[in-house]
Amino acid sequence: MHELSICQSLIKQITSVALECSAQRVTSITVAIGALSGVEAELLKNAYPIASAGTVAENAELIIEALPVRVKCNQCGSESDALPNKLVCKKCGDWRTTLLSGDELMLMSVELEKIQETKVIH
Amino acid sequence: MCDTCGCNITHGNENLIRPGGKLEKTESGKEAVTVLHSLLHENDHTAQHNREHFDQHNVLAINLMSSPGAGKTSLLEATIQQLDDNIRIAVIEGDLETENDAERIRKHGVKAIQITTGSACHLDAHMIHQALHNINLAEFDVVFIENVGNLVCPASFDLGQHQNVVLLSVPEGDDKPAKYPVMFRTADLVMISKSDLLPVLDDFKVAKAKSYLRDIASVAPIIELSSKDKSGMPLWLDWIRQQVEKRKKHLEQSVD
Repeated sequence: MHELSICQSLIKQITSVALECSAQRVTSITVAIGALSGVEAELLKNAYPIASAGTVAENAELIIEALPVRVKCNQCGSESDALPNKLVCKKCGDWRTTLLSGDELMLMSVELEKIQETKVIH
Repeated sequence: MCDTCGCNITHGNENLIRPGGKLEKTESGKEAVTVLHSLLHENDHTAQHNREHFDQHNVLAINLMSSPGAGKTSLLEATIQQLDDNIRIAVIEGDLETENDAERIRKHGVKAIQITTGSACHLDAHMIHQALHNINLAEFDVVFIENVGNLVCPASFDLGQHQNVVLLSVPEGDDKPAKYPVMFRTADLVMISKSDLLPVLDDFKVAKAKSYLRDIASVAPIIELSSKDKSGMPLWLDWIRQQVEKRKKHLEQSVD
């Protein structure tokens, strides 16, 4: 279950983005995951509350976008959707293909709530 | 691939990622910050550091991965016995518990560092970085990293290695590449280990294993090998020699 350590690394990145932007709270996080990334979206979601507890990202909404597996055929050049364990060209059937998308494991964006300026009255 | 120049944005995913794509969301009153970093950014950064460390000392790093019991340690023992003396080897062993594997390697007079991960199911770049503090790389030509036996998690973590070797042992069955595509896609070389069992376990078809590997668009060469009867060893040793040479040439060129 490596999703917990990946989630902890995600929290580290989010914390530093929030700090750079002087944000008070992170309200949502969007990550993109391909089926060939080796990370299960559900497990990442389960790990998130544990990894984010006590951090600026606690209670933030975790949005996971699943990216499709797509390949380009090195022989006939056509692009097609594929299954994680069947990366062959749909058009000509050749196995020599290049992965266009599907192995991503990316933090796309974070939504931040900024600190409100407060006036100090003496 | 890095996280800073945008080279992780490919033709296949850019419509989803670029501003205006469906992942670019903004809500009033809040600020949306686009990050576009790998979730493994920190690990990848340390892995790159490890790789530079290996390169500085002309060391080839090979990451061995497989399920538990596929014969990684036996392969290393056979390799130590048969590989040319002028290729100096060190081994980093990863297991959840025990020094057993490191001790097996040390019995052959080879430097071995054991990493015990506790409950962690994989090695990561930071663990390798720590282990490298205990190895004088100037004394070695090849460092083998024997990963934790697991066909899932180790696939996601770059350690700073130059080559990934994935073992598929005959008793496991020939359809493992179809079941664990992420792992087998990382392989630069696939080894069908315990090949001496092929006559007994005749439901394992080498041709089928190869066909499953082609299905995941793997171009990795495949070697059938038995650490027990030593068949296939010459091919494996040749592969190591070729990689050592390739590394040296690559580094000479980058110096020029």
